[in-house]
Amino acid sequence: MAHVSRVLKSEWTKVRSVRSTLWTLVASVVVTVGLGAMICTLTQSEFSRMSTRSQLTFDPTYTAFAGMSLGQLAMIAFGVLVVSAEYGTGMIRSSLTAVPQRGTFLLCKVLVAGLLVLVVGMVTSFATFFLGQALLGDHGTNIGEPGVLRAVLGGGLYMTLIMLFSLGFTFVMRSPLLAFAILMPWFFLVANILGSVSATKKFAQYLPDQAGGTVMSVVPDSLDRPYGPWGGLLIMVAWTAVALLAGYVVLKKRDA
Amino acid sequence: MIEAYGLTKRYGAKTAVYNLTFQVRPGAVTGFLGPNGSGKSTTMRMILGLDTPTSGQVTVGGHAFKGLPNAPRQVGALLDAKAVHGGRSARNHLLSLAQLSGIPTRRVDEVLGVVGLQEVGKKRSKGFSLGMGQRLGIAAALLGDPQVLLFDEPVNGLDPEGILWVRNLMKRLASEGRTVFVSSHLMSEMAQTADHLIVIGRGQLMADMSVNEFITRNSVGFARVRTPEGEPEQQEKLTAVLQEAGGQPQPEGDGALRVTGLPLPHISDLAHHAGVRLWELSPHQASLEEAYMRMTQGSVDYRSTVDERAGLQQQMPGGPLPGQQMPGGLPGTPMPGQHMPGAPVPGPPMPGGPVPGQQMPAQQGGWAPPPPPPQDAPNPYARAEGGDAR
Repeated sequence: MAHVSRVLKSEWTKVRSVRSTLWTLVASVVVTVGLGAMICTLTQSEFSRMSTRSQLTFDPTYTAFAGMSLGQLAMIAFGVLVVSAEYGTGMIRSSLTAVPQRGTFLLCKVLVAGLLVLVVGMVTSFATFFLGQALLGDHGTNIGEPGVLRAVLGGGLYMTLIMLFSLGFTFVMRSPLLAFAILMPWFFLVANILGSVSATKKFAQYLPDQAGGTVMSVVPDSLDRPYGPWGGLLIMVAWTAVALLAGYVVLKKRDA
Repeated sequence: MIEAYGLTKRYGAKTAVYNLTFQVRPGAVTGFLGPNGSGKSTTMRMILGLDTPTSGQVTVGGHAFKGLPNAPRQVGALLDAKAVHGGRSARNHLLSLAQLSGIPTRRVDEVLGVVGLQEVGKKRSKGFSLGMGQRLGIAAALLGDPQVLLFDEPVNGLDPEGILWVRNLMKRLASEGRTVFVSSHLMSEMAQTADHLIVIGRGQLMADMSVNEFITRNSVGFARVRTPEGEPEQQEKLTAVLQEAGGQPQPEGDGALRVTGLPLPHISDLAHHAGVRLWELSPHQASLEEAYMRMTQGSVDYRSTVDERAGLQQQMPGGPLPGQQMPGGLPGTPMPGQHMPGAPVPGPPMPGGPVPGQQMPAQQGGWAPPPPPPQDAPNPYARAEGGDAR
């Protein structure tokens, strides 16, 4: 594990010196916060017309995070681009010539991208929460209520994990095209559909985004899952770990 | 010092590199020569630990690359000039590589200056020309001031000034006692740059020797013999005599004969006895390029076929067909003989494809020194005409 600090520095230079970093992260913040705000405004005006059951299980925190379903796509894009920038250009050969220890290389990428997204994700999460509650007005909650702070912190973790999952997955795929073509429709459509259809719900609730998303809910009844919020996040952590491990094995075994 | 022992790399059923054993010594520019797809880049990637050999091993300074302490300070490589993120500036690209190796930032500006990119260091490399990309790649290789340098096709896309610069750079690096390993598919380039040659074809070692030795061993000497102009019967006579004595006379485009297989004095004697006067009898060496082509002839992966342009050729409007014009078309020049079609072809190449190209002897390959007239132009009429001449 030689020269970790050097590799970290270099990875940081790589991340900050391309425009895609800025674009994807800004897109993620804007979409998550913006869409969340929009849905909160709508909910606020429609609240009186909702069914009693919906009103009883209404989860103001989870509603504020409604924008995450689209905002996460930008995070996925960021995770894919961090890796595919190496493979797509051939830069990977220069990088691995300079860092023959491939494990170190992957670890440093994970650390740099992970920390950056953790910061951006936390900012997004808190921003979308506070803006959402302000817009919900009387139906909103506050950060001091039980489980709310956990949900907001969980939102930042969720974004980080989904990005790391994509990063690991792209190390397996090695091609930006493949990674995008699989990840985008999967997280945008397929996982959501599988999660809503009753026949597949049993299995779909263990998918990374479906499971991880529970950490952002405060009223457990609104989701009806066999695991708790932290349990859900743990399932997502497991998925991410598997993706990164698979990425590591591929990176280690295959010719660059 | 780079040492390879029995290096072999297979991709499925295809063997890219087979049983390569060689050494690249410090203090010299070693050229790594082979046609496209002969395994040069694969070998370089194996040296750098990017590809794992199927069998055999390769070491740099006695260590496998992955085991080298601080590899980037010891080995610098240019593998692919396009291997840069286009959205990143040249300077940031080098900076990220420098930081990887613990090289101070000021070195980045130094190497940018060395390769002449200081003006565009802040520009995104997307807009770089191929030549600028090569310079950026060379800058990356020089970053760590390494003792061992690998360059894969460094002169691709460079202008003449750039080529000269690379050539001098390689020589200078070698003269400083470094190990310089340069791949190329251009023999002429290597002849001017390299001291030592390693030639591979289809992934196998074909030669490992100094450039001079390579020339001596591989180039066949030949004699150029010219008989008086305007007396084709003299040339015919000489050709017959030479063939009888076991030589291989081949007509050259300008009317001279290229004779292999006979020493010069013997040719002179034969001509004398046959009563043929000679205007020229001179010794020649086949060029390095020719030697290289002959060596790798059997191992070229991608060979073009003749473009037949079937049905695409238009007839010249009116007038005799170009091919038919040939025999009488050049008054004052010796006519091709019955079996000696050494017709000189001055002037602009005729679209009909002159006769000599047709008779180009097979063993001469496609590389006879005087740039052959459009010998491959497959004009059906010219072909018919060539048949008549026989």
